[in-house]
Amino acid sequence: MHIPDGYLSPQTYLPLMGVFVAVTAVAVKKVKLDVSARYIPYLGMAAAFSFIIMMFNLPIPGGTSGHAVGSAVIALLFGPWAAVVAVSVALIIQALVFGDGGITAIGANCFNMAIFMPFVAYYLFKLFSVNPMKKTRVFIAAFISGYFSLVLTAILTAVEFGIQPLIASDAEGKALYCPYDLSVAIPVMAIEHLVLFGIVEGLITALIVRYFLKSDPGLIFALRNKKGMHHD
Amino acid sequence: MTKLQRKILCFLLVLCVLTPIGILLPMVFDAGDAWGEWSATTLSDLIGYVPSGLEKYSNIWNAPIPDYSLNEADPSVVHQSGYYIVSGVVGATLTYLVTLLISKIIVKNGD
Repeated sequence: MHIPDGYLSPQTYLPLMGVFVAVTAVAVKKVKLDVSARYIPYLGMAAAFSFIIMMFNLPIPGGTSGHAVGSAVIALLFGPWAAVVAVSVALIIQALVFGDGGITAIGANCFNMAIFMPFVAYYLFKLFSVNPMKKTRVFIAAFISGYFSLVLTAILTAVEFGIQPLIASDAEGKALYCPYDLSVAIPVMAIEHLVLFGIVEGLITALIVRYFLKSDPGLIFALRNKKGMHHD
Repeated sequence: MTKLQRKILCFLLVLCVLTPIGILLPMVFDAGDAWGEWSATTLSDLIGYVPSGLEKYSNIWNAPIPDYSLNEADPSVVHQSGYYIVSGVVGATLTYLVTLLISKIIVKNGD
């Protein structure tokens, strides 16, 4: 899901870079308000977790590979705004140091995986308004949040790929950037994330949330201000 | 550092050591690149040409550790697994420190 350099036209990557910068500016303000100092070490670990989990490429046998992102669990544990900061750092280091994701596509990749995904994950989870005491329900809500946030992010990425032939082709009709249109990009990206990578994201999200629910439930951002929770 | 934080760090370290799964599994199941992440050469094999804009941009950046490998030409799977672990440790540590620094700056300014 890391769009490389050359797959997006400037008409696509420049606006997304602008959106990313603007949202990051808001995220800085929100984190300042929402995040207490005791969260800081966790944010570093969350960013590192996202970096590492994206290295676990999983195969669609005989086809393509892909991976989980970790944005969903970070959004549930520490809030979507904190996830914006943590996952953006991971993505920018992946692009700069490891060439994973393009330099020109940093805005697009951060918009997809560090902005869209954590917010979708967070609000999906909130839809269920689960009681923190009901551990199975929390587990299921967290799974759904991870699963669908990754699938929807894959579809968003597919749309960015798929509109390129519409935006930029040469006189002979050959694409200048990503050559595959929406009719190819969306089904491929949606299906591979529906059948495998989304399930992994869902399981990671649910298992880690369950672990935090046992060890330090007061920490979980998405379960604050619910009956049955202790506050500190 | 709290007990929970120490546990998370250990967990992250274990994950780093396990990262070669991310190159071995796709190899075993004969899976290629992620969709849309092909190099210009691979894309040319797929569609018969390299889109001109893609060609122009594709080499815009030379990453110091491309593809999480210290030596991409090295055919040894064991060596590549080692490079992958090193990349994981380096990348995760860098990500951890940068995020820590940024969050400290943000939260400090909020007081």
